[in-house]
This record gives sequence, structure tokens and C-alpha cells, in this order.
Amino acid sequence: MKKNINHSLFTALITFIVSFPLLGLSLVSVNGSLTIQGADNSTMIMIGVAISIVFIFQLYREKILHMLGMLPTPSLPFKQAYKNSSLEKRTTLKKVFMVGLILCVIIWPFMSSRGAIDLATLVLIYVMLGLGLNIVVGLAGLLDLGYVAFYAVGAYSYALLSEYLGLSFWVALPIGGMLAALFGFLLGFPVLRLRGDYLAIVTLGFGEIIRILLNNFTSVTGGPNGISSIPKPTLFGMEFGRRVKEEGNTLFHEVMGIAYSSSYKVIFLYILAVILVIFTLFVIHRLMRMPVGRAWEALREDEIACRSLGLNRTAIKLSAFTIGAAFAGFAGCFFAARQGFISPESFTFIESAIILAIVVLGGMGSQVGVILAAIAMTVLPELARGFDEYRMLMFGLMMVLMMIWRPQGLAPAQRPHMEIKNDA
Amino acid sequence: MMPNISENEPVLHAENLIMQFGGLVAVNGVSLDVYQKQIVSIIGPNGAGKTTAFNCLSGFYTPTSGTIRFMDEDIHTLPDFKISLKGLVRTFQHVRLFKEMTVIENLLVAQHRHVNTGLLSGLFKTGSYKRKESEAMERAKHWLNKVDMFDVANREAGNLSYGQQRRLEIARCMVTEPSLLLLDEPAAGLNPNETQDLNKLIVGLKEEENISVLLIEHDMNLVMEISDNIYVINQGQPLASGTPEEIRNNPDVIKAYLGEV
Repeated sequence: MKKNINHSLFTALITFIVSFPLLGLSLVSVNGSLTIQGADNSTMIMIGVAISIVFIFQLYREKILHMLGMLPTPSLPFKQAYKNSSLEKRTTLKKVFMVGLILCVIIWPFMSSRGAIDLATLVLIYVMLGLGLNIVVGLAGLLDLGYVAFYAVGAYSYALLSEYLGLSFWVALPIGGMLAALFGFLLGFPVLRLRGDYLAIVTLGFGEIIRILLNNFTSVTGGPNGISSIPKPTLFGMEFGRRVKEEGNTLFHEVMGIAYSSSYKVIFLYILAVILVIFTLFVIHRLMRMPVGRAWEALREDEIACRSLGLNRTAIKLSAFTIGAAFAGFAGCFFAARQGFISPESFTFIESAIILAIVVLGGMGSQVGVILAAIAMTVLPELARGFDEYRMLMFGLMMVLMMIWRPQGLAPAQRPHMEIKNDA
Repeated sequence: MMPNISENEPVLHAENLIMQFGGLVAVNGVSLDVYQKQIVSIIGPNGAGKTTAFNCLSGFYTPTSGTIRFMDEDIHTLPDFKISLKGLVRTFQHVRLFKEMTVIENLLVAQHRHVNTGLLSGLFKTGSYKRKESEAMERAKHWLNKVDMFDVANREAGNLSYGQQRRLEIARCMVTEPSLLLLDEPAAGLNPNETQDLNKLIVGLKEEENISVLLIEHDMNLVMEISDNIYVINQGQPLASGTPEEIRNNPDVIKAYLGEV
């Protein structure tokens, strides 16, 4: 208890030192010279209240945290209780950090240029694609060179569904994801027996088939002319254009009572992409720690051992292909909605290669790595525009150097550390 | 797990197994029985077809002819993973761990069939999912303690010492709660102390976990000490079978191992 009192006094003092000069003193200019004045009484009272709250909280810290269910029961042996509380602290800190980061990412577009937001949205699309392919390549260890096919399926699903059936973005998004997943499942079947190079060749072929199909199926897909004027996503029936395009919709700036600005649309698309990426991150983060995620990794490590332990490799590979494809479908849907125009040109092999490069550059199986690499892969070529025609050369050189210096990727995946209590 | 078959019925009964690769008959007419709570060994010179016989039993090969009955069911036509799900689990001559995964993850992967693999229940962490996960964790913990590897639970399996890797492989089989464990040369590459520990571990499996063990091994001290019954295979053919005592004194076995005197 004595230790607690000392500790509480100390923290209260720190609070005073930090808050009083900032809030309790103010500079006032009197006759052209600055003088320091004490703030008014209410501010002083607030500072006093803050200091006492800190003091009381620190004094009864254990009890309060325990009441909130953040600390283990104090009956545990000291060492273990200590260990657990430090772990709890770490996870709370991590949560606070994550929330702060998300807030920053959402506030950022309101103070940057249109071009930057547009580029950031593109980065987010690549993050989504990278995260999806990371399941197939990074976790399950199946080299897929035709991932762009699922991206195309998602994009064309929305384009065609809106053109022929008039479905809105929000209805088409899950359908696009599911259609891409179905294609992933269908592709999964014939390639299950293949590994390594052979798998890469077949998936490469599949990607090309989809592109060529889209190019030649002119009656439906418009062939090389693509599909244009795909409607933008709406927010609860509010459109972001200057005039209402679809009957029954309202206009965002009118509902909000603000002047029209074209940047609202850009910011809305960006925030939508952020939400989709957070959703993707969350789902894949959970999947990696679930039995199916463990099975993917085990299959990558040793297929024969998996069989000997009763793991059905067919089901596991199929699930990796299907789930990975679904996220490409979501990304494709969003891409079509953002561009407003798609053509088979957008889904060439180079796109697959870029997505694969993102996964490898980031570090196989690592989510943080994928995000960093997606930023690097999209922003670096933009920054290098000053080099004109040497741009792609520079880009290639950077990739080569990167693979020499850090072959494990920017942020290699780390094994989850599991806290186990030994009570045996 | 106690097999649900009667006391005097064999857990595993293989009859007249033949495995042919083109012109080569790797296993020719091998029959064997493993009863409950028995440790049975298969011995024989290198290249005798012991591992091939193992591969037939565990479904990695489909035998050319012959029958395999496990717990009163024909299994020789089943794919390998289904056989393992029935409770016949094997290890390998060369350790096959998930090297880049941690020790505890190795043990959790092996329990795939015990846990809730539903995607939605996992995403939303339903009660049944959490309960199954914590059960799996408990089992993993139990076996970590059994093989004395609790301290290295969060180490990557590939970084363990060879003896630890061997023990982890057995623990990984045991968390699946098999009724018959097939061990392919578990003592290969172990030092005498480690072999002694392995000896205790295997006998412990039989005594405490009530399972049967089928063993391929070259370490004759180990085989003679722990086996209830021994089958000798030479050039794919069954040569002899019996208790360790009988095998030790069998002139054919001595001849096969030492050559014609």
C-alpha cells in the first residue's frame, strides 16, 4: 500500500507538471509586452479534478482494473500475475495504437490533395489483392500466377450486374465476392494434384483464359471496348455526383446542406476502401489463427505429414483457393465502381505479377508486409516519374536490390507467441 | 482411447500383403496381428520392405493385394488421411515436422479433427469454437509435459535438437488420440540416453494411454526390451515371428542378419 501511495503521489505530480503550465498559465499581451497570467478559476478547478482522478486511480489501480476485468484475480502467484498483466498491457497498448492508426487513416484525406487520395485508394485496392493472394501463396504455399482472373471476375460481376440487372454496388459486392469464390473453387479442382511450377503454369493459363474470354465475348462484355458508365457506390441512397443519375437517389451535398465539391466523392471512395481493407485484415487475421489457417501453413510445410495426421488436403487447398479468390472479387467490385469503366486491358498478366510481387516483397504470410509492399509498389513508380523512360528500369533495379538485401521481405511473418500457463 | 473391440480380437490384422512396383515385389505375403496394449516390432535387414509394409498399412500405398483390417473394418482401400482419422497414426523414418511452425502449433494442427473448423464459428468465436480450442490447448499442454518439452513450446520446430524433434513427432501423433501408433525407426540418430528416454516413453504409451504400438527399429536392445511380439521380414518375405526370446534364438533370423556361417 505504501508503494502505491508513493506511486500515486508521483503520477499526480507529473500530471500537475504537465497540465499546469499548459492550461493553467496563459500569455496575455498587455501594452505590447507579453505577461504570464494565471488562467481563470474554472480551468484551475478542472486541473485539480484531473490531478485527483489520476491520484485516486493510481492508488486503487489494481482494484479498478480488476473490476473492469483487465487483470487476473490477485490470488495467482505473483510472478504469473505480473506476467499476465504485462501481456494485458501490451494488448491494450496495441489496441490503442490500432485505433489511433485507423483514425489517422480516416482523417488524413480531409487534409490532402485529390491526387494523393486517389493514389491512396489505388494502394488500398492493391492491399486487398495482396492480402487475398497472401492466403494462397504466403500461407498455403500454392504459387498462383493467375490471381488477376478473380479480380476480373469481381469487376465484371458488378459491371454486368449493374448494366443488365440494375443492381446497386452494395448488392453486387457480396455477389461479386461469391462469384469469384466460385471460380476459385472451380479452378481449385483440376489443379489440386499439381505443385510448384506446374501449378504456376495452369493458373497462369487460367488468368489468360479469363482475359481472352472477356475480350472475345463481345455481345455480353463489350469486348476490348469494355463496359463504361458503371455507377459509383452510394451512401444510403445518396449520390456523390453533381446531379442525380438514378431515380430515387438523393444528392450527398444537398442532404448535408453543403456546397458541391468533387472531392467528396474521392474521399468517400477512399473511406470505403479503408473499410473494405479493415474488413479484409480482420477476417484474414482471424483465419490465420483458426484451425483452417493452421492447416494451410501445415500443408505448405509438409504435405505428407498432413496426410498422416488426417488432414484432408483437397479440402484445405480448395478452401485456400476459394477464400483467396473471394477477396480478389471484393477488390474487383470496388475497382469497377471506382473507375466507372473496365476493359480486359486492366486484367493482364502484369497485374498478377505485381500482386505476387507485393506478397513476396512484403514477406510471405505477413499482413503488415503486404501493406508496406503495396504502398511501395504503387507509390514508388509514381515518385519515380521524374526519371521519365527510366522509371520502370529504376523500379526493377530497386526490386532486385531489395531481394538481395532482404530476401525474407520487408516485414517477414512472425509466428504467433502463445502464452501457456503450466498448471500441470 | 480404448478401442471398442473385444479383448482377444486384434486391433490391426493384415493378411497376405503384397506390394508390387512393376517387376519388383517389395512386400510379398506379409501377415501380422497387433493386439490391444501390445508393442509389436518389425525388424529385418535394410531394404527388406519394412517401410513399404508401413506405407501399405497407413494407406500411403494401396497394396497390390491382401487385406488390412483395423478395428474390425477393412481399410486397405481407404485414402491415407481417412485411415489416420480412424485412429491409425504413423511417424516417419525421417522426421517430418512443420519446421517453420512453433512446437505448440505443430500440436494444434494435428488436432484438426477435434476442433471446430467452421469458418463462421471461428470468425465470431462462438462458445463451441472457444471450448474446442481450449480443449485442444489442454491436450497439447498435457503432451508437452509428457515429452518434457514445455519450455520450448513457442520455439520453431525446425530449431529443436534432433531428440526433441523425434519426441515432438510422437507427441504430435498422440494428440490425435490414436488407438494404434506406427513408429518408423524412432530411435534412429538418437544417443543412448535419448534412446533410454524413448524406451520409457513408448512403454508409457502402452501402459498409461492403453494404445498399441507397431514399431520398425534397428536398435536391437530397444526392440528386445520393449516388444511383446516381433515379426522378421527379409527381402519382402516374412521370415519369422514370435516373442523376443524366440526371435533371439531363431537360426533363420541369425542367418539373415549375419549371413551364412
